[in-house]
Amino acid sequence: MAGKPKLYYFDGRGKMEPIRWLLAAAGVEFEEELLETREQYEKLLQDGDLLFQQVPMVEIDGMKMVQTRAILRYIAAKHNLYGKDLKEQALIDMYVEGTTDLMGLILMYPFLSPEDKEKQLATIIDKATKRYFPVYEKVLKDHGQDFLVGNQFSWADVHLIESILMVEEKSCDVLSEFPQLQAFKARISNIPNIKKFLEPGSQRKPVPDDKYVETVRRVLQAYYVVKAT
Amino acid sequence: MAGKPRLHYYNGRGRMDTIQWLLEAAGVEYEEQFIESKEDLEKLKKDGALLFQQVPMVEMDGMKMVQSRAILNYIAAKYNLCGKDLKEKALMDMYIEGMMDLGEMIMHHPFKPADAKEKDLALIIEKATTRYFPVFEKVLKDHGQDYLVGNKFSRADVQLLEVILMTEEEVKPDILSKFPLLKVYKGRISNIPMIKKFLQPGSARKPPMDEKQFADAIKIFY
Repeated sequence: MAGKPKLYYFDGRGKMEPIRWLLAAAGVEFEEELLETREQYEKLLQDGDLLFQQVPMVEIDGMKMVQTRAILRYIAAKHNLYGKDLKEQALIDMYVEGTTDLMGLILMYPFLSPEDKEKQLATIIDKATKRYFPVYEKVLKDHGQDFLVGNQFSWADVHLIESILMVEEKSCDVLSEFPQLQAFKARISNIPNIKKFLEPGSQRKPVPDDKYVETVRRVLQAYYVVKAT
Repeated sequence: MAGKPRLHYYNGRGRMDTIQWLLEAAGVEYEEQFIESKEDLEKLKKDGALLFQQVPMVEMDGMKMVQSRAILNYIAAKYNLCGKDLKEKALMDMYIEGMMDLGEMIMHHPFKPADAKEKDLALIIEKATTRYFPVFEKVLKDHGQDYLVGNKFSRADVQLLEVILMTEEEVKPDILSKFPLLKVYKGRISNIPMIKKFLQPGSARKPPMDEKQFADAIKIFY
């Protein structure tokens, strides 16, 4: 049997965090190789371990998988978190792509200049409260079930709670107009695997700080200016 | 039975292009409803037809689907173009996501400010020839088969042909000059009947971004 999945990324959230969440939700133990130096990254490149020269990379089931969505889809399907038929999968995909877009706004935030950070913060709150959260609030209200799709815990629920917590870190009362999401957040947080992941000492990564930004720039040698889209 | 899928987008490639290619490759007839003005887009939003207020939107099998990848995954699965097991799907997904990253760069290029265009074009050419096409050239070389994954025509082949043609048409016509296997591959996939039909004049295929398309996109979306 293959060993535990091994995650190759920086010591921070970035594009790897949804993968950590999904593995945790599926109850899968995983190891991490945290990239701190340029040399580590260059070794991965030289060994041909990174298909498109990029991380995240996850060694899993004999594969060196890259591309966040490919990795997430594989884990979700393998662990029965992807719905029971094509239509449920379609709903899960739509919902996950929405929360991916929302989290994408937060992903670049630490790399922005202070003025751009202010503008981006306003965009994040605006999009969260006008475009994304209303959709999930309505989904839950309309079917009255505990989970987003098919009355069953899925990848969509994991991704949504991750995005809710991330936005709340930027604006703590962002759920004030969303009672269904408040109840959803409490409910999903209490699922044993999720509860464990939310406790101190888990492999969940903290809010990115300047040290994280500096590490990413140093390892990738990406010192260009990042602009908000 | 539901009617034909109906595609809602503006009359240009953008994010609907890959979806159109996949439907054509699967031999699925579809209709197109072109958004021609901001008002058209506003109407769709007001009617609650756009889950996240965005297009592409595809009406299909009783759903109003949004988000390109969700739509593509559904079509690929429904028409058996996505591999026979989880591992084949994983390979396809990896390849496709790489192709999408390249496609995204090309798609955004016309919207770059004038003083950044030259550098951007150079970056796209660099990525195409050192990051993306070498991967697919090697995949074909290593297994020596006709198709990218599992010795069978799949969504990965449709999307690779699309991205090759897009790069040739919108970035650099001889982009495949150092990739002999991709050249042969391109000819082979282009000759598949459904694809061949789509590549002929008079098909529903959209031309590369021109000034009119650019003006329309700005008018409608910005």
